[in-house]
Amino acid sequence: MFEIFGIPSQALFGQLLIGLINGSFYALLSLGLAVIFGMLNIINFSHGAQYMMGAFAAYLILQYSGLGYWPALIIAPILVGITGVIIERLFLQWLYKLDHLYGLLLTFGLALIFEGVARNYFGSAGLPYTVPESLQGGRNLGFMFLPNYRAWVIVASLTVCIATWFVIERTRLGAYLRAATENPTLVRAFGINVPRMITLTYGFGVALAAFAGVMAAPIYNVSPQMGSELIIVVFAVVVIGGMGSILGAIVTGFGLGVIEGLTKVFFPEASNTVVFVIMAIVLLVRPAGLFGRRG
Amino acid sequence: MRKTLGLAALAAVLACGGANAQQVDVKIGVLSDMSSLYADIGGPGSVAAAKLAIADFTKDHPNVKVEMISGDHQNKPDIGSQIANQWYDVDKVDMIIDVPNSGVALAVSNVTNNKNKVFIVSGAAASDLTGAKCNANTVHWTYDTWMLANGTGTAMVKTGGDSWFFLTSDYAFGHALERDTAAAVEKAGGKVLGKVRHPLNTNDFSSFLLQAQSSKAKVVGLANAGGDTINSIKQAAEFGIVKGGQKLAGLLVFASDVNALGLNTAQGLTLTETWYWDANDTNRAWTKRWHEAGAGSTKYPTMIHAGVYAGILHYLKARLEMGGNPEGKAVVAKMKAMPTDDPLFGKGTIDATGRKRHDAFLFEVKSPAESKHPGDFYNLKATIPAKDAFRDPKDSGCPLVNS
Repeated sequence: MFEIFGIPSQALFGQLLIGLINGSFYALLSLGLAVIFGMLNIINFSHGAQYMMGAFAAYLILQYSGLGYWPALIIAPILVGITGVIIERLFLQWLYKLDHLYGLLLTFGLALIFEGVARNYFGSAGLPYTVPESLQGGRNLGFMFLPNYRAWVIVASLTVCIATWFVIERTRLGAYLRAATENPTLVRAFGINVPRMITLTYGFGVALAAFAGVMAAPIYNVSPQMGSELIIVVFAVVVIGGMGSILGAIVTGFGLGVIEGLTKVFFPEASNTVVFVIMAIVLLVRPAGLFGRRG
Repeated sequence: MRKTLGLAALAAVLACGGANAQQVDVKIGVLSDMSSLYADIGGPGSVAAAKLAIADFTKDHPNVKVEMISGDHQNKPDIGSQIANQWYDVDKVDMIIDVPNSGVALAVSNVTNNKNKVFIVSGAAASDLTGAKCNANTVHWTYDTWMLANGTGTAMVKTGGDSWFFLTSDYAFGHALERDTAAAVEKAGGKVLGKVRHPLNTNDFSSFLLQAQSSKAKVVGLANAGGDTINSIKQAAEFGIVKGGQKLAGLLVFASDVNALGLNTAQGLTLTETWYWDANDTNRAWTKRWHEAGAGSTKYPTMIHAGVYAGILHYLKARLEMGGNPEGKAVVAKMKAMPTDDPLFGKGTIDATGRKRHDAFLFEVKSPAESKHPGDFYNLKATIPAKDAFRDPKDSGCPLVNS
């Protein structure tokens, strides 16, 4: 066994894997943000609150209907996605022609309202939610103990990320969507219902956040502030990857997870800050982000 | 109409004369974390507890008129001191109570000392408040890091957990808790193998838990609080820390945290508290009133809420005996001179450093099968008497002791 900077290589492999797992949450969340920004030009500041709503929905589904983790993984994103559709129809659709700032302020306000309501009804300490029975336990990889649930998080997140990227970049539906963002009037002239497509896209982005929330419920504390703690980092990820770039969001999400994981070994006190240091450097060197189109 | 009013006024004058006491005006500020990670251990629950204390005291002493305001320090020392300054200077507040988050509490303690008012700490934990950074205007009521370390740390070493690894929250409170626990562990014959300091409000602890796992320490000490503790315990279960033979020591775990974890995850955890809502009939009755006072019926009061209630009662007793509007140092001196007695903590004292001394209890979290009703969280393992539960003033390093 060899050592790297005084850390045994085995421990380091463990930390790299852990970093990838955390990165999959960043990737899932920044993916939703990138889809919404790329297609709607809305900076969705309520993304963290919608992630929190996903986790709360999983808890409520368990409490009131007895349905466990697996059904919740489908139902919770749909329910929260529907609230997203309602928000888009009621508020967001009036803001597309205005400055980005208006969308940001509206969604930020909504996030505060959602969190406040959750805190009022459930308190701030959090709600219990356990790992589903089929994924309890773990396996010894030689260099670390990998809980089964964490392995599932990587697999599920990678699948969803790749599928989303594929749909938007490689299918006809994705082509319509991208065309609609470039020139909505022309796409409408071809008989495509652009407003409905935009509404559903927002709903899908929100559902992605809720999906990440359900994924997080068994391992992170389900509390009203769970989203606001994460969302700032996720925004940094999106900025580093390039606003609106889907591939950028995915790659940066996983990459920053690894970098943050390594910081936790070498300089744990800085692990909350390292992402922002990288963001500052990237903005200096490439203001449009690593994968940004408008360079 | 005028005649009725006149009679009422006369009656009021007679009533006051009958009580044969001068009017005492008091203004209390409840400063807490109203909207973030500590809002359930203090927050609106502390305001409800303060209301109960004021109602109970003014019922027996109608000549004491108490006004209460509350504020949110957002866990930021600068905001905390700013509110404290404004309350003392503009709003004429006489006493500030609660203040979870040791960083903020140390700042408010300083402001209180400069303005010569009174500060009763219930929410914060750092033992520095009655140690090197003590002052004559501050009373530390409910618990502190020395007491937690001494209770849980010593008990764990005695049952064989003699090597430790710390996960420490990287601010004043975490450092104090880690320092005091390490001292207690070493005093009892154990040793500390390592530590890692994580930022406040960390989401993922798996990296730190792996480091704890590879240290081969018998006990992983969690020198953190609130959401950080919940996340570490939840993920420690997932990474098989306890199944792998290591023990978890939650150095600061509140009833609200156990509720958030669920007994399934929290069972078997050893912890120290100074008050438990389900310990006796008096506490249960108080909890019922606390629910009705606006704290929400799905929550369970923590020892911090009990401390806010008891602290205000004792403060008001001192003010009643002194009358008028004396300066802060004199009130605190009076509070130290009077023995304390209240329904929740029983009889106790406040020592020269400002440390309130009462019994502490070592609890173990019940398994889901043992728990008979919602909120039935703990088995009592040991009672630590007041004289041993808190630090001997001689060892505190507090300048007030020798002067």
